[in-house]
Amino acid sequence: MSFFTQVIAVSWLNLRTISQRLGSSAVAVIGIAGVVIVLVAVLSMAQGFFAAMTAAGAPDRALVFRTGADDEMTSGFSGPEADIIKQAPGLRHEGNEVLAAAELFVLIDLPKISTGTPANVPMRGVEPSSFPVREEARLIEGRMLRFGTNEVVAGRAATRQYQGLKVGSEIKAGQTTWRVVGVFESRGSVAETELWCDVHFLQGAYRRGNTYQSVHARLESPASFTQFKDWLTSNPQLKVSVKPEVEYYMTQSQTLTRLIRTVGFSIASLMGIGAVFGAILTMYTAVSTRTREIATLRALGFNTVSVLISVLAESFGLAAIGGVLGGLIAYFGFNGFETSTMNWQTFSQVAFAFAVTPRLLAQGLGYALVMGVIGGLLPALRAARLPIASALREL
Amino acid sequence: MKYLPLVWHNMWRRKVRTTFTLLSIFIAFLLFGVLMTIRATFSLGVDLAGLDRLMVIHKISIILPLPASYQAQLKSVPGVDVVTHNTWFGGVYQDPTNFFATIAVEPEPYFGIYPEVHLPPEQMKAWLADRQGAVIGVELAKRFNWKIGDRVPLKSFYRQKNGSDSWEFNIVGLYDGEQGLDKTQFFFRYDYLDEARNPANGAGTVGWYVIKIKDSSKSKELATTFDDMFANSQAETKTTTEKGFIDGFAKQVGDIGSIMIAILVAVLFTMLLVVGNTMAQAVRERTSELAVLKTLGFSNATVLALVLAESMFIAVAGGGLGLLTAWAIVSRGDPTGGLLTPFLLPNRDVVLGVALMAVVGVAAGLLPAAGAMRLRITDALRKV
Repeated sequence: MSFFTQVIAVSWLNLRTISQRLGSSAVAVIGIAGVVIVLVAVLSMAQGFFAAMTAAGAPDRALVFRTGADDEMTSGFSGPEADIIKQAPGLRHEGNEVLAAAELFVLIDLPKISTGTPANVPMRGVEPSSFPVREEARLIEGRMLRFGTNEVVAGRAATRQYQGLKVGSEIKAGQTTWRVVGVFESRGSVAETELWCDVHFLQGAYRRGNTYQSVHARLESPASFTQFKDWLTSNPQLKVSVKPEVEYYMTQSQTLTRLIRTVGFSIASLMGIGAVFGAILTMYTAVSTRTREIATLRALGFNTVSVLISVLAESFGLAAIGGVLGGLIAYFGFNGFETSTMNWQTFSQVAFAFAVTPRLLAQGLGYALVMGVIGGLLPALRAARLPIASALREL
Repeated sequence: MKYLPLVWHNMWRRKVRTTFTLLSIFIAFLLFGVLMTIRATFSLGVDLAGLDRLMVIHKISIILPLPASYQAQLKSVPGVDVVTHNTWFGGVYQDPTNFFATIAVEPEPYFGIYPEVHLPPEQMKAWLADRQGAVIGVELAKRFNWKIGDRVPLKSFYRQKNGSDSWEFNIVGLYDGEQGLDKTQFFFRYDYLDEARNPANGAGTVGWYVIKIKDSSKSKELATTFDDMFANSQAETKTTTEKGFIDGFAKQVGDIGSIMIAILVAVLFTMLLVVGNTMAQAVRERTSELAVLKTLGFSNATVLALVLAESMFIAVAGGGLGLLTAWAIVSRGDPTGGLLTPFLLPNRDVVLGVALMAVVGVAAGLLPAAGAMRLRITDALRKV
């Protein structure tokens, strides 16, 4: 009998008889599945948050802040300054209109649907040009807000997370009442957590005078960025800093993504060690209950390598079952689950959906298989080195 | 006691299994410790918040300032003990990812209202003498290696009168406090901010008020009184207890903490179940041996005790080491560099962990041991 047929014969025997060792095999499978669930679920949260933040950025867009400000919350400049910014070269034009919008970004307290407790929902004061600047924003319900009034359009994610955002309803904030007239979507990005209203109306309601916090600009092409930036930063009338939008949202997502990933990875690796121990235990039990069987095979002439591989194959198989099981549970349990949290950079809410991506699933399965191999190694060596004579005598 | 060697030898009859069972339990409790630390972080120290302290914030959002003139009005309400105010400064040291809270306060009232925040009296004196003085938490000082006497520049969205956004502070004191207190904050004097800032940056306003009341059972009525005082004014207010406020803040961070913890707890319990099953298995396969012991005249109770001692030992030894290691890791500090605050293993959870060990030990040993106890010797011996 050739070497390979031996290996396959013994491995197949092992895999087929797993059903007789259900109890202890379950230990390994459950342990490994648990690790995969934690790894995939926690990382899918980081992934979803990251995706929501970065989907808001486009390569041909830039943000203008006051120098020293790192986000929209802390930035601020006057109306005349905003007008100068809109004259910068490199901006895209649509007809007579320049695609740059001066905006305000404030927070408003709205109760969360899930807990009923107040949350800092971001409210953005926009100009008519804000919409062509963000071409991905699309109205899906109701109608567009009329400028010069107290009307707002709400992001789709916001309407699902916070109370009172149905089309036609009113929100009271201080002495101002806002009327929700429409709902928009925006590729599932962080913009969907926002409420958009007329910037001039918001200036009045928040007593901001003629000031803005940021200018969102759409460039002729990503390559025009340098020209745009150089003109603004070298202009003696302005004290501003310019950031590519993609980079801005990437930075905004960093803190939380890093936090979740650190927690996720450290917990998953700890649990991974635990699961490897579980697998080792299982395989040792499997080997010791079959001591006589293995010795018989060896006496019949099966070589040590095929015995070794057969034990590894069993542990690998159990790990694969655990990995797939964990991946499935994570996928059906968490993918698309919508929640919201606070973005620490601006203290504003961000709604996002868990994203169990194929890459995460592959990562989880890979991790499971590694655990299986490590867990099977020691018991496999032991099985291969069983002394035939004394093993046959064992009960 | 004389059975100790017997228990010991029984335990090590299968060295590999016992070793890995011990290791599994060790990992499970290490995880438990880390988990509870994270849980404490996400609750943001709610447990320490006082009920006799009320927070008065702007009704629309906490980011909007309140007039400084409210202080005198609030102080005049009967039942109010101390009124002070805080202002969020948003200071950034070198890089925006170096996040820590920077707050402008009134030194004496602030530390009077928060008795759990400890500052040596001579440092308080130095602070009162230095307008640019700042008092920081011991953990923050450790993180950036700041010492008393250091001069620290911070950038802020507040501008000074000369247009600069860079502010200089002298570290004059380090505050400390009991477990669970946020020791990463940076406090400085409000009068420095208010006098040096550009008047367009909200001169004469403060961030929010903290009020200590004389009788904590009156908090609801007083909160309504305060809010009614400023109703229909330019800046309407919303008053909550400090506990309610922090709780609300923690809820804003929201599900993400609770989801993570729910997943982990579920998995942790599965792990314990699996390990418990392995331990129980180890007892079950010795049924005939237990029967022999009973034949030799061991009482039912002794047999039960022997088995339980074994499983308890494994649970407590493995679990104890795990918790200890978790504690050691946690006391080395936050691995993310300041994102997880406060980072500590609460005493309450250590107690919970010990209780959990006992449960695992008893649960894993009790069922098979009880079975062994009830066993008829003849049946058990025949089984071989």
